[in-house]
Amino acid sequence: MGLLALFRRQPKSANIAKERLRIIVAQERSARGAPDYLPLLQRELLEVIRKYVNVDPDAIVVTVEKEDGHEVLELSVALPEKKAAAT
Amino acid sequence: MTEIIVVTSGKGGVGKTTTSASLSSGLARRGKKVAVIDFDIGLRNLDLVMGCERRVVYDFVNVINGDCTLKQALIKDKRLETLFVLAASQTRDKDALTAEGVRKVLDELIAEGFDYILCDSPAGIEKGAHLAMYYADRAIVVVNPEVSSVRDSDRILGLLSSKTQHAEKGEKKVQEHLLLTRYSPRRVAAGEMMSVDDVKEILGIDVIGVIPESPDVLSASNAGTPVILNENSDVAHAYEDAVGRLLGESIPLRFIEEPKKGFFARMFGG
Repeated sequence: MGLLALFRRQPKSANIAKERLRIIVAQERSARGAPDYLPLLQRELLEVIRKYVNVDPDAIVVTVEKEDGHEVLELSVALPEKKAAAT
Repeated sequence: MTEIIVVTSGKGGVGKTTTSASLSSGLARRGKKVAVIDFDIGLRNLDLVMGCERRVVYDFVNVINGDCTLKQALIKDKRLETLFVLAASQTRDKDALTAEGVRKVLDELIAEGFDYILCDSPAGIEKGAHLAMYYADRAIVVVNPEVSSVRDSDRILGLLSSKTQHAEKGEKKVQEHLLLTRYSPRRVAAGEMMSVDDVKEILGIDVIGVIPESPDVLSASNAGTPVILNENSDVAHAYEDAVGRLLGESIPLRFIEEPKKGFFARMFGG
């Protein structure tokens, strides 16, 4: 082990735990109370969109938000960036 | 006014029963009339932790089914005058507990003038856990500073805000508190364990107690004496503080920092 390794600190496992939890808890909270068909809807929408644009599986987010009295189904698709030079 | 408190967690083995036994004993020691109910139907254990397993004649399901009166089923604690235990049934019938049955028992306890009813929830999110929290005014979510326990606690918090009577009626919110158990200040300082603040930040609710990791918990359950009654234990003091906070006292958290070692202890590895 080189001397430098002594100074290069490994990230503490508690911090890793906290970060992982922060993400999964936020994700699960947003899915909470949402209709059961949502994951399937998301998958099918992804398939349709991918026929036309090559998007990343994570690029589609479907959420249902309750706003005083009515529900809003929100669909967000992040399109891939255009290639700089034409190939 | 009777307050119904559920002790819950989602994950098993985090200390729900230990916590139920200690908080109920602590409240009774302060003169409150307390009933503690084991909702873990089929896996009765509160009686062992409280040391009254040989005095169980009738149980929770017997009362619901009308096999006996509530008075016959309540086990009076041998140490504390105002503490009563209602044991879980050992039946394998999953439908033994019903919402109406639970309501009937709670109403009768309220009529008897109990100050606090503690509901010791089973692990999981099945019927027993659901009914344990359904009528609660307050919830104590027991959590270990560990990923699976924290995640499960968040699930439980979600259920508390949607699947309880208060939530369904929309009249008021169940008051939620976190109680951290098996906390090791040494490991937190070393970055090996999430801190109280980390857990609080992720779950977003207030902390009513932090119980340090200690062999005293096992010794207490071995003996059938709630650990809060062991005057020489930090665990007992931590639970006693939590009881105070439950009663509205403002008490700073203790046992969350590593005790500072003196010069000699550091030199000679005390």
